[in-house]
Amino acid sequence: MIDFSTPKPIEKQMVALQTVAENMMRPVSRYFDEHEHEVPWDYINFMHMAMRQTGAGSLAPKEKKSSDEKKKYPPIGYQSLAFMLEMLSWGDVGMYLVTPGGGLGAAAVEAAGTPEQKAKFLARFKGEKPTFAAMAMTEPHCGSDTSAIRTTAVLDPETNEWVLNGEKIFVTAGHKALELSDGFVVVWATIDPEAGHAGMRPFVVEAGTSGVKVTKLEHKMGIRVSDTAAIVLQDARVPYDHILGSPEVIKKKTTKGFKRAMATFDATRPLVAATGVGVARATLELLKEMLAQEGIEIRYGLPRNKLTAIEREIIDMEVMLRSAWLLVIKAVWMADNRKHNPLEASMSKLRAGDVVTKITQRAVELMGPLGYSRQYFFEKWFRDAKITDIYEGTGQINRLVVARNVLGYRGSQLR
Amino acid sequence: MYAFEPSEEQQMLIDVVKRFAENDVRPVARDAEEGDDYSPDLIEKGWELGVLQASVPEEYGGFGDYSALTGVLAMEELAWGDMAAAMAVMTPSLFALPILLAGNEDQKQSYLPPLVEAEWQPYTAALIEPHFDFDPGDLRTTAVQEGDTYVINGEKIYVPFAEGAEAFIVYASLDGQTQGFIVPAELEGITIGERSKLLGINALPNYSVTFEGVRIPAGNRLGGPEGHDFAPVITSARLGMAAIGLGVAKAAFEYSRDYAKEREVFGVKVAQKQAIAFMLAEMATEIEAIRLLTWEAAWMVDNDHPEAFKQAYLAYTGAMDMAMMVTDRAVQILGGHGYIREYPVEMWMRNGRGIANLLGMAMI
Repeated sequence: MIDFSTPKPIEKQMVALQTVAENMMRPVSRYFDEHEHEVPWDYINFMHMAMRQTGAGSLAPKEKKSSDEKKKYPPIGYQSLAFMLEMLSWGDVGMYLVTPGGGLGAAAVEAAGTPEQKAKFLARFKGEKPTFAAMAMTEPHCGSDTSAIRTTAVLDPETNEWVLNGEKIFVTAGHKALELSDGFVVVWATIDPEAGHAGMRPFVVEAGTSGVKVTKLEHKMGIRVSDTAAIVLQDARVPYDHILGSPEVIKKKTTKGFKRAMATFDATRPLVAATGVGVARATLELLKEMLAQEGIEIRYGLPRNKLTAIEREIIDMEVMLRSAWLLVIKAVWMADNRKHNPLEASMSKLRAGDVVTKITQRAVELMGPLGYSRQYFFEKWFRDAKITDIYEGTGQINRLVVARNVLGYRGSQLR
Repeated sequence: MYAFEPSEEQQMLIDVVKRFAENDVRPVARDAEEGDDYSPDLIEKGWELGVLQASVPEEYGGFGDYSALTGVLAMEELAWGDMAAAMAVMTPSLFALPILLAGNEDQKQSYLPPLVEAEWQPYTAALIEPHFDFDPGDLRTTAVQEGDTYVINGEKIYVPFAEGAEAFIVYASLDGQTQGFIVPAELEGITIGERSKLLGINALPNYSVTFEGVRIPAGNRLGGPEGHDFAPVITSARLGMAAIGLGVAKAAFEYSRDYAKEREVFGVKVAQKQAIAFMLAEMATEIEAIRLLTWEAAWMVDNDHPEAFKQAYLAYTGAMDMAMMVTDRAVQILGGHGYIREYPVEMWMRNGRGIANLLGMAMI
């Protein structure tokens, strides 16, 4: 069966989320854009309360469902998250990144951790206070080329602790995870700098760990309400079992552990794509609304050579937006149904990155002098959008992944 | 609930169509394009796959309920074989589907069973007109009511199998609204012109047809005396062309991908160069994106969704750009060879351009 109907539970959830986006995000969106590094606590506390009550959007382990319940409904966890992120990003994509919960850090624990580790590290997100987690991969000298990381982890046989040294940058929510809550950062380090990917391991570094310091908060083009931290690890010690994965995988010097953790991306890339779609939809809706106020209606159904330039632009945007969203839906649907989806995940991400940058850039141009003014959201969304094509795998990295998949090439065959 | 896998019946249809496209159509597609046409046997074999029949209810001679989605799935595979072959095999649906979608009970009863139950017959439709700003919603061909009859005047082009046709659906403007009329070919005032020579799909015989004071009984107005809504008809045409665009693009993508994996350049396969690999990645993404958009539009049609008309328009708009982009790049990837008629990609590029120009020559 091919079916394009939105699952009922998701439809219900969307009503509440739209209210949040309209009332909790949009009114303060501009303020936090212009007051970088201020923390939107009202939003954070509200979301924490709401998510504790409903369990929505949480990656924390859920109580086991009865088999009856399972039968009644196929899994829609990632689909539900994609819809949620799209709507929150429609509100404000930077502020969505500040939503408490596990974020990418918890996703890594979820993907690579043992059941014990999941229980130990993820429970905190259901606690009294809003809690954050983050993922630290990028270093000053390397980004997409993750095998080049220099942060080291050495086992101290006397204390059975890992000793971490190095510098991480561009850690989304790193400040909130380490200093504003009892959260953690999943730090990627190498246990064998000669081994490339085979030596890389993820470590859970909790808030309060000595030797860990947030040294800088970046000033960015957009998504300014989201903190982007630099973190220095200087003889930071974490217990042995803070290395994610089972000990067998950990000891063997294969890329298995790395690949499994990289599989996180199969789930997170479509979700980041969903955030891009949210910004693109916000832009297109505002654009159409302002055009409608000027009496401009889009005449769907006309041959293209009879349309005005503006109509052509809007129609092309609608094609781009909807098709990008459907790629997202297919990728998360596959994730929910445990189908192998690296191809679809990267397709959705690269398409969404293209689409949201194009739509926001064209919107600024189409609105003429108004598009450039900070009185309207167009210029902000133009700035916010660009990151979608960069983080969680640049458009180019995702093209590589798609190309390797459609060509049947290994990494060594297509670099 | 979202789901992205065809049903078992749909998959079976896809599989038989794919086999036909691969084993019967592909080997003769180039010769057909260069002037040989497709043999009646091949067209009949394609007809018997039952793509149209599967979409016509039993009471009208078929064996299933109308499904735009099933039609889209089958049409993509058929067009993957060859665009002109897909259009030739499906030409009778240009006559049958408007009657199924917009006709009244009388029209369905009298026209559908003899068409659907029999072997392939040249029933066709005339929509396109010879103006650069041709618009299906604003036709220059006119229909005027005179007593118990309608009188049709106008010039149509690109009418598949007009020569020897049994009957046409002729679209004309009636008081500014596009309406379909069932027109038997033997009526007075119908002149079949020369066979048209086109940029592509030259294996599809198509003709200009002039209607001069052609007088038809009032009962031949599609839908009966009250007429019909044109939206479901044009939507079916848009989805048909979008699906063809997908098939042509998929053919071009696969061929250029396989070529790039064989062709050596500077000591590696050309596919191992990012410049080429990234083109292929974008082609694959574009095809999948527009495929999902087309599927969703077809699903909306099948579920009486209020946005179906708009969505099919978007899918068609996306498909015309996608087909051009993908086929152009396929030629580019083959380089000089892409431009040579020994290879199929130049033909697919010429065909791909037609998705935007040939609305109304295929329906699903």
